[in-house]
Amino acid sequence: MGKLSLSRKKSITGLLFISPFLLGFAVFYLRSLIMTIQFTFSDIALGEGGAAGYNLYFAGLRNYIFALSEHGSFKQDLTVSLINMVIDVPLIIFFSLFMALLLNQKFRGRTMSRAIFFLPVILNSEAIDTAISMARAMMMGGMSPVSSDILESAGNASVNIAYYIFMLRDFGLPIFLLDYVVEAVSRINLVITASGVQLIIFIAALQSIQPSLYEVARIEGATPYETFWKVTFPMVSPLIVTNIVYTVVDSFMTSPVVELSYQTIFGPNKDFALGSVFSLISMLLVCILLLAVCTVISKRTFYDN
Amino acid sequence: MNTAPLKIKEKLAAARSNTRLINEGQRVIRQGKGLLFAIFRTAVIAGISYVILGPLIGIVVNSFFSNADKYSPMVYLIPQAPTLERYKLAILRMDYWNTLRNMLLYVTSLTVLQLAVCSMVGYGFARYKFPLKKLFFACVIIMIVIPSHTVMLPIYMTFQSFNPLGVIGLFNSGRGINLLASPLPMYIMTVLGCGLRSGLYIYIFNQFFRGLPKEIEEAAEIDGAGTLYTYFFIMIPNSMPSIITVTIFSLVWQYNDTFFSKLFIISQNVVLSKQIVSLQANILNIDRILDPSISALYLYAGIVLVIVPLVVLYVVLQRRFIEGVERSGIVG
Repeated sequence: MGKLSLSRKKSITGLLFISPFLLGFAVFYLRSLIMTIQFTFSDIALGEGGAAGYNLYFAGLRNYIFALSEHGSFKQDLTVSLINMVIDVPLIIFFSLFMALLLNQKFRGRTMSRAIFFLPVILNSEAIDTAISMARAMMMGGMSPVSSDILESAGNASVNIAYYIFMLRDFGLPIFLLDYVVEAVSRINLVITASGVQLIIFIAALQSIQPSLYEVARIEGATPYETFWKVTFPMVSPLIVTNIVYTVVDSFMTSPVVELSYQTIFGPNKDFALGSVFSLISMLLVCILLLAVCTVISKRTFYDN
Repeated sequence: MNTAPLKIKEKLAAARSNTRLINEGQRVIRQGKGLLFAIFRTAVIAGISYVILGPLIGIVVNSFFSNADKYSPMVYLIPQAPTLERYKLAILRMDYWNTLRNMLLYVTSLTVLQLAVCSMVGYGFARYKFPLKKLFFACVIIMIVIPSHTVMLPIYMTFQSFNPLGVIGLFNSGRGINLLASPLPMYIMTVLGCGLRSGLYIYIFNQFFRGLPKEIEEAAEIDGAGTLYTYFFIMIPNSMPSIITVTIFSLVWQYNDTFFSKLFIISQNVVLSKQIVSLQANILNIDRILDPSISALYLYAGIVLVIVPLVVLYVVLQRRFIEGVERSGIVG
């Protein structure tokens, strides 16, 4: 009796601890998801005073059919968003893992370079981004803010990118691989700015590997290459999944399709139903993508315990 | 008679010097490799740091340019006649000091709420057993994964006619009150553990508390500490690494957030990033500075003004932050 009531009491305390979250989740997420799904199957007539009052009429699949077959830019935006994600995520993961390996070594100025690499996270504000990209466009080829006119006169001094692309093609590099490399290089800014958090997480993971593992590897005569694949990589791999989830969610937040659904809902037309369809379809696709990637990777991941 | 041992001795000496030579050679090769690698590492890090810092330097430098500097093709990076004029006007047009004060108040209060709520929920998940725990924790994961734009419209509508359980409707002919255009929705969501990226913070705290030894609490319980006492005076002080991590993340993300401030139409007197968006247009229209390359200088000054508080914060907390992440349980 006493034991039972104690565990009862404990479970009630636990529920009390998480109660704010439960309430919030029910009100803001569960209810909202249901409402969003409901909107997608409805025609919405707005009452007077904007969205304060509205009536729902069942519309079946009409909104979905319209979005997928007639709407001008939805399918395009959706594909662009997904393709961007598929290109960016591996780049960001590789880049941040690679940089974490570099920054985890002991050298002078390590703290400083870590601080610099995390700066993009701090400065990652949409409003500032636009301004910074403007500044960057003006600084092509050098740091001079008025370089646009200088650049023209000194154009022949800059790097001839086409030359390298043709050279690589003549080496017999497959065209799709070449495309990816060129794409990757042109995205380097984006990749660097988007990988601050992932970098920190990887550094933390590297720090938490027990030194004794490396000692054993050294005594057994493993080369640095083998040590990386047999010790470092398996120990870091659980966090690759974490980082992929973070990266996908993060890059999705700023993708064109999200912008489109925002504009559809809050733009001049206030088309709630259509906007809801956009966001629901894109969310489902992203979740499926995440699930697929995570199951594939989790199977190959090494878990310590 | 003595020739044979002598030969052996000679051979031994030769072999020794040989191994020494080989060792020496290996050492040189190893050193060379190390040096090459150091050069490679420095080059990569310097290059990428340039990509990150380049535009920033450009913006800071530009914000000090006078008109003459801007128009002169000879000026490169270092202004010949630096001026603070850009800052003066940007501060005026952005209503900088007022907005900054409101913004800091808004952001810090939200961060404190995030810390309180998320650590509590994380602790509940980490230390207590209760029915449906797995399902509830799945809700946290769902909250992290679901992009907030999927639920933005219902949330918007909820706050447009805010009417919890119909209580407010009783006094207001069933309509509810409009909480938009004020920061209140953000506070309500944060208190209920659904603020900006709360899911992530709950996850961090949960992982951290799970990593702490259970003996701490058992000892506290035996010594007669109650649940709340244990939580506030024993668990919280022990979770400094995750508190610092969450503090920085929350401050930075809340400060830079444009999604919720746009959704809830929070006044630009509270949100600096809204001021920065309209700054160039304001200066163009009010002060009649029509050359876009000059009015951009004011924008740069404005950007510097917006990022300075965050940079100061980061420089102060930076070292503890990275240590914090290492021990904070993101890694598990």
